[in-house]
Amino acid sequence: MTAGNGMDAGPPHAATVVSRIQESPTIFTLKLRFTDAAVQAAYRFGPGQFNMLYLVGVGEVPISIMSDPADREVIGHTIRAAGRVTRGLAELKAGDQVGLRGPFGRGWPLQEIGGRDVVLVIGGLGCAPVVSVIHYIHKRRERFGKLVIIQGVKHTEDLIWREQYDRWATLPNTQVLVAADKGAALWPWHVGRVTELFSLAQFNPERAAAMMCGPEGMMRAAAENLLQRGLPESRLYLSMERNMQCAVGRCGHCQLGGSFVCRDGPVFSWGQVKDLLAHRGF
Amino acid sequence: MFSQPDRAGFLPLARLPSLLAKLMALDYQCLGPAVENGAIVMRELDAPDGLPRGLQAEQAPGRYRLTQDPHNRYFAWANGPQAIKPLAFAPKESLWCVERDAAGALQFAAVLPEVPRQAIIGVRACDLAALALQDAHFLREGRRDAHYAQRRERLFLVAVQCAVPAATCFCASTGDGPTPTAGYDITLAELAEGFVAVAGSPKGEVVLNALNLSPATPQQIEAAQQQGQTAAASQTRSLPTRDLHDALMSRLEHPRWDEVAARCLACGNCTAVCPTCFCHAETDEPSLDGHSSEHGRIWDSCFGESHGHLHGFNVRPDIRSRYRQWLTHKLATWHDQFGRSGCVGCGRCIAWCPVGIDLTEEVAALTASVVQP
Repeated sequence: MTAGNGMDAGPPHAATVVSRIQESPTIFTLKLRFTDAAVQAAYRFGPGQFNMLYLVGVGEVPISIMSDPADREVIGHTIRAAGRVTRGLAELKAGDQVGLRGPFGRGWPLQEIGGRDVVLVIGGLGCAPVVSVIHYIHKRRERFGKLVIIQGVKHTEDLIWREQYDRWATLPNTQVLVAADKGAALWPWHVGRVTELFSLAQFNPERAAAMMCGPEGMMRAAAENLLQRGLPESRLYLSMERNMQCAVGRCGHCQLGGSFVCRDGPVFSWGQVKDLLAHRGF
Repeated sequence: MFSQPDRAGFLPLARLPSLLAKLMALDYQCLGPAVENGAIVMRELDAPDGLPRGLQAEQAPGRYRLTQDPHNRYFAWANGPQAIKPLAFAPKESLWCVERDAAGALQFAAVLPEVPRQAIIGVRACDLAALALQDAHFLREGRRDAHYAQRRERLFLVAVQCAVPAATCFCASTGDGPTPTAGYDITLAELAEGFVAVAGSPKGEVVLNALNLSPATPQQIEAAQQQGQTAAASQTRSLPTRDLHDALMSRLEHPRWDEVAARCLACGNCTAVCPTCFCHAETDEPSLDGHSSEHGRIWDSCFGESHGHLHGFNVRPDIRSRYRQWLTHKLATWHDQFGRSGCVGCGRCIAWCPVGIDLTEEVAALTASVVQP
């Protein structure tokens, strides 16, 4: 997995909003660039890692990085306006400045899964950490086997980047399975639970690896299904979400058993976390 | 402290002020026991002879009362609610600040504390063991916390052997006391006529050498050793084993968690007095004109509702899961993180719990073998 090489607990560096894209009524993307060219030039990350975005006078939030690691010009963050900081970030426009520090945590083990079929299970809104993997694999298609994208949303309007899913579905060796719990007019995909689509997924469990991101209940159901199909536990990965305030394993909020999710995760292998995920409250 | 008895000096009772005077001359702010709101706290001593005598602290679940020591000793009190922790890991402090100019450009700057050199007189073996754990957390290789480091490296620690443990103490069973064995600059054992004194660091040695103490006699060393053994034997509370990782992690759905949750108020007192708890929240204090802001941290507790907060859901919405998080972290998953338990047996969480929840009693109930009918 990609080890963090992030800056320390602070202070952040100033970064400018290069562009802001409204993805849905509540989801937006901020493309940022450090104001200090040397900081921007030195910045490297791996898919699945996250940054701390700081809004002056309000606070910091951990946001996963959705852009391609090869893009050295801007650093992309897709954000849902949900709390105090993210609602403030939603008000920003191009040219505004925020604080930025990162990257933090361990990302997806993309080196270790080269050559394999890749199953991506995405639940909920956007789920940027996995979308960055889709971009990553598509730009390096020859390095991977089949790509299966399984995405579940509650409401049809929660699916952002719809055109991209349409486009991905037409690509060779790529399967796109999408489900919405509640259907709507002109919804071309499945209506029902995302787990109902698993039987349609075409991959070879013996040579596949899977990555999951979304609500824990969905990931537990998905893990059970994938393991039943013969995927080994050691090649099942997931991205965990916990309260993160310092991002360097110090403030204590993100602890999951003995792990600090910000430092030892957010990406874990299933075996590392399955015991605690079976209990509510960790 | 007695591994090298040849290095032990003897500080007669009347010469205790000379130790403090030496520290003050070396520009240390000397902190010692003082009474505040009915409890022993560490406060600055204004004079070398300013240490109070005869204080004793009677402790029990949910109870802390100061009493008079019949022998009028200096250090017959077991502990107060805080000792070293707030002096190294500040309860509230600024980490960095930001200014926004008229054009909207941001300027960030680190804020480092200005801390005096501080000598703490009367720290206990449990406090030293806890400090070693705080060091392991805040001064981790490659991720050194500059604020903690700044305070920590200015500390001079004068430890004392605990001769009178409180009823809540169980440091003997965690292996951390009552006699200090490491982590001090100087350690003292209080006898009727004076102190057996040993240096534990080069800077402690400088101070003790300057006092020109006569060597402690074999009888004095023997008396101090005996005192430590008696203190250990007098402790009535204990933990069943030093490593409770598997015992607790295999009982995550034990009915006792519900029972303790019904008594626990989730007030967070236990985490505030615990010398190893390190959780802190990050906060922002913007100026009124909105042009600048200070970003800092403040002690936090896993018993608070915000600790497990995520948008849309709370990881630990109830007291059962919060108490279980605290106890399993302290006694079980701490081993994964730091290679030992996070409990040093100081008993503060027992004394300062307003409803008298006793960690040792909860562990005993959780780990008692199930009796088959």
